[in-house]
Amino acid sequence: MSNVPGDLRYTREHEWAKQEGATVRVGITAYAQEQLGDVVFVELPKVGAKVTAHQAFGVVESVKAVSDLFAPISGQVTEVNAELGQKPETVNADPYGKGWMLLVTPSDAKQWNELLTAAQYEEFLAQGGH
Amino acid sequence: MVPFGGWEMPVQYRGIIEEHRTVRAAVGCFDVSHMGEFEVEGPGALAALQRLTTNDVAALEIGQVQYSLLCRPDGGIVDDLTLYRLGPDRYLMVVNASNIDKDWTHVTTATPAEGARWRNVSEATGLIAVQGPKAEALVSRLAERDVMSIGYYRCVQGKVAGVGTLISRTGYTGEDGFELYVAAGDTERLWNALLDGGRADGVAPIGLGARDTLRLEMRYALYGNDIDDTTNPLEAGLGWVVKPAKGDFLGRAAIEAVRAQGPARKLVGLEMADRSVARHGYPVVKGDAPIGIVTSGTFGPSVERSIAMAYVAAAHGAIGTEIGVEIRGQAKAARVVKTPFHPSRVKKG
Repeated sequence: MSNVPGDLRYTREHEWAKQEGATVRVGITAYAQEQLGDVVFVELPKVGAKVTAHQAFGVVESVKAVSDLFAPISGQVTEVNAELGQKPETVNADPYGKGWMLLVTPSDAKQWNELLTAAQYEEFLAQGGH
Repeated sequence: MVPFGGWEMPVQYRGIIEEHRTVRAAVGCFDVSHMGEFEVEGPGALAALQRLTTNDVAALEIGQVQYSLLCRPDGGIVDDLTLYRLGPDRYLMVVNASNIDKDWTHVTTATPAEGARWRNVSEATGLIAVQGPKAEALVSRLAERDVMSIGYYRCVQGKVAGVGTLISRTGYTGEDGFELYVAAGDTERLWNALLDGGRADGVAPIGLGARDTLRLEMRYALYGNDIDDTTNPLEAGLGWVVKPAKGDFLGRAAIEAVRAQGPARKLVGLEMADRSVARHGYPVVKGDAPIGIVTSGTFGPSVERSIAMAYVAAAHGAIGTEIGVEIRGQAKAARVVKTPFHPSRVKKG
């Protein structure tokens, strides 16, 4: 069973979100990186870009597949993980830590509560994860 | 596991990149028993094979292997294959798993049956590829006979781990190594013996994912991706296995007509400017104009960049040509480069 930290929220597209003061950190889950296999390229928006909940904000490419990245919440990107440009494999090695992707200032705080809790995401995975 | 030509096969065991690097640095074992094998025997075997395949079968010595093609009368590629001469009038044709039925129909109906007996031994035959710089040490340790003296594209009969084997110095990775043909029932025993016997060499099982990245770095064609019934050998860069001087064969006139005009498109190697992956079916563009299509693409773990093969209009096929690959609606910069992408280390001589 994949690692699902209890203090994060999740999407059905296998992104995680973590509240850090006024901002939200975003990445993909351990399950997502296992399914993708070796990540070789991550395409992220620019700092200042607007992202919209449930819509694609970027792309992750592995050797075997390409997959859209979906925003857990709407808001403005305040920081992106530039290290993934050189070391995309960090997403595999540390998906909840150094493999983070975005910091977002949410524009609609209510959306947080629409995200899956760890327990709900675990149940979603147990049912097949799609 | 993914279904592949009726077989369930792992895309990866521990990870495509790790497996790829194992083959480049040490040794990996591939269970490729899904490949098809046809035996053809008899006084008419040579004539039948000369008519069916594009390479010159008369040049094959006993114990020698040849890369070749089956073509349609219109020059389209039915399949690519390796052909083994096992005896004076006995040959083994090894074909792609996905094409076994199509090829069997083709070889048994396209030539007169006189003097040539065909047997489809695909089900009865297992195949394990042992590839990498330590493959020779591993197979030597398990083989009853000397295997170091087997030259590239040569084969011998011999026991490996007590199993009767056709030991062939061939492969699909660009590394030195062997392909070991065995009776299907012996495959598991040989597989286990290789993985046990190769621990000190760092041996690992390798899945279909790394098989693809390894072959792509060598620009080896994959049937169904880079070549198919609608592509001709010259545009695919396989003119080196087409030998019109040997006499008539299926597809010869059509291929020679293409040769006279020059192929309209060419299969070229591309290198992406960034790490985005050009995948099968993505359009190739020059400015706004479509000039071709990607046939295979991946991130090359040894070359550490994104590489691809693509058919492009002949005018844009020169090494160094700057072109674009349309990825998710955006033209990404790419360049036509020399291939193989990674230097071949197969045994020479």
